[in-house]
Amino acid sequence: MIIKGRAHKFGDNINTDDIIAAKYLDSQDEKFLGSKCMENIYPNFSKQVKKGDIIIAGKNFGCGSSREHAPLAIKGCGVSLVVAKSFARIFYRNSINIGLPLLECKEVGSIKDKDFLEVDLSKGEIKIVGKSKVLNSEKFPLFLQEIIDRGGLIAWLRRNLKKRRNR
Amino acid sequence: MGLTLAEKIFLRHSPKKRLEDFVYSNIDFCFANDVTGPLTVKQFYKITGKRVFNSKKIAFVCDHFTPAKDKNSANNVAFLRDFSLRFKIPNFFDINHCGIEHVFLAEKGFVKPLDLVVGADSHTCTFGALGALAIGVGSTDLAGVMATGTCWFKVPKTLKFIYKGKLSKWVSAKDLILYTIFKIGVDGALYKVMEFSGPVIKALNMEGRFTICNMAIEAGAKTGIIEPDEKTLNYLKRLAGLNPQVLNNRKLKSDPDASYEEIYEWDISGLEPQVACPHLPSNVKPVSKLSSVKLDQVVIGSCTNGRISDLRVAAKILKGRRVKSNLRVIVIPATPDIYKQALKEGLIKIFIESGCIISPPTCGPCLGGHMGILGKGEVSLATTNRNFIGRMGHPESFVYLASPAVASASAIKGRITHPQEVAK
Repeated sequence: MIIKGRAHKFGDNINTDDIIAAKYLDSQDEKFLGSKCMENIYPNFSKQVKKGDIIIAGKNFGCGSSREHAPLAIKGCGVSLVVAKSFARIFYRNSINIGLPLLECKEVGSIKDKDFLEVDLSKGEIKIVGKSKVLNSEKFPLFLQEIIDRGGLIAWLRRNLKKRRNR
Repeated sequence: MGLTLAEKIFLRHSPKKRLEDFVYSNIDFCFANDVTGPLTVKQFYKITGKRVFNSKKIAFVCDHFTPAKDKNSANNVAFLRDFSLRFKIPNFFDINHCGIEHVFLAEKGFVKPLDLVVGADSHTCTFGALGALAIGVGSTDLAGVMATGTCWFKVPKTLKFIYKGKLSKWVSAKDLILYTIFKIGVDGALYKVMEFSGPVIKALNMEGRFTICNMAIEAGAKTGIIEPDEKTLNYLKRLAGLNPQVLNNRKLKSDPDASYEEIYEWDISGLEPQVACPHLPSNVKPVSKLSSVKLDQVVIGSCTNGRISDLRVAAKILKGRRVKSNLRVIVIPATPDIYKQALKEGLIKIFIESGCIISPPTCGPCLGGHMGILGKGEVSLATTNRNFIGRMGHPESFVYLASPAVASASAIKGRITHPQEVAK
């Protein structure tokens, strides 16, 4: 799958309170959460994002609370992919579980804010449009790739439960 | 090659009885709260929605936006209550029957040493103080556990922390964990288990051990853990009333030849009380460097520091003194049982007479939910666990994290204060 979108750059340790403030956690609505995404650190982020855009971040993206509302908010505002140097573990699991694509890439430093990117998700290759260099990202362990390929944990579990019943 | 305690617990819960990179583990107990629970239930319905794996091994604790701060929060609690009735889940807990999940579930004996527990809350790592492997997950993962009783994990590496020396007066478990996060950073334990050990940990009471494990997540850890000992078992027998037989053979340790990714050994003699400055828990300074920071609010409570011994320390400092005028001081006993005990010991009277206000048990202000939100430019010192931008309210407010001793001394002076300035 190829994702095309503009890069929005963030720094290190972007936490889940940054991504979605706790006062909105009484909602589980992806669109509403999306409209409040990054509000505390980047007012109007959700208005500037166009469908398909990509978040680029430093290390430990998504640290803090276990709120799944965080990846939901990112998805809800139209972001198609998050690329970071590293991810906090609960956010990482949550994103895979709800089908928000992530890539871990050590070379995010060569991407500039508002660069236009073309990303081949299955190969993990990130192309900055207008530049020749292609950035590579870490491969997912096979086990995780299986859940990603299914589109998330729900579909993966449903399939497993069905297989178990048919056995 | 020997195994760490965390690896041994994974092994015990792996149906294949061997450790691979990824394991499916049987879960002993799982829980969610009023923020993560409703999403969990919605996801659960998408998986099967027919039956839960074991209704007695699931709990819902309503603690974040409770007593309900608005109509949506009330609806979320009602949604969980209805679901619990429908699936005959006995462990649904509303405000007057619970308190803060990680304190309440421990004091009621829901978690035993060597259990594998998952909770849809990042501070689930708190239960590591009981020698359990307790891992925070999101709502969809928890929905999967509710449906299947199992969860997948990447078996993590363990970091060992050995604390030696003698804690100075007014230095507590909170200072140890703030110091630790300062040393290794907010991603210093990413994906890993933090095993806390050494004579200083041995000597801590259970409440201090909970405080340390509670903030393992603030260093990015999968969880924190402490080897269960006599103190652990006594706590569970005495407070939670667990049958001693249930606790037989639960004093497991890491093997002497276990493989650790890193071992940190620190002599903490002479360590000052520590304070984490805005806007990261790793931005830590000794309290004496911050005596010019003026405060608008002090919060004493949370899953980190809302236990009875925390309230005792605060009351000891506040007794016979007044909190600074124009300063809001909010004390939050973490559970109704702690509240009751504090009343019995006269602590509540001390707090009220010194000018504090008592909140019902809730997470409330810690996450900027309610019951003490900061306005623009306001500064709070709190015994909580996070000080991210806007964590306690306005994006242009400031949160400092410290121990109950520092919090109550600062409440008297209206600025960040070393407890030795006001008490002997």
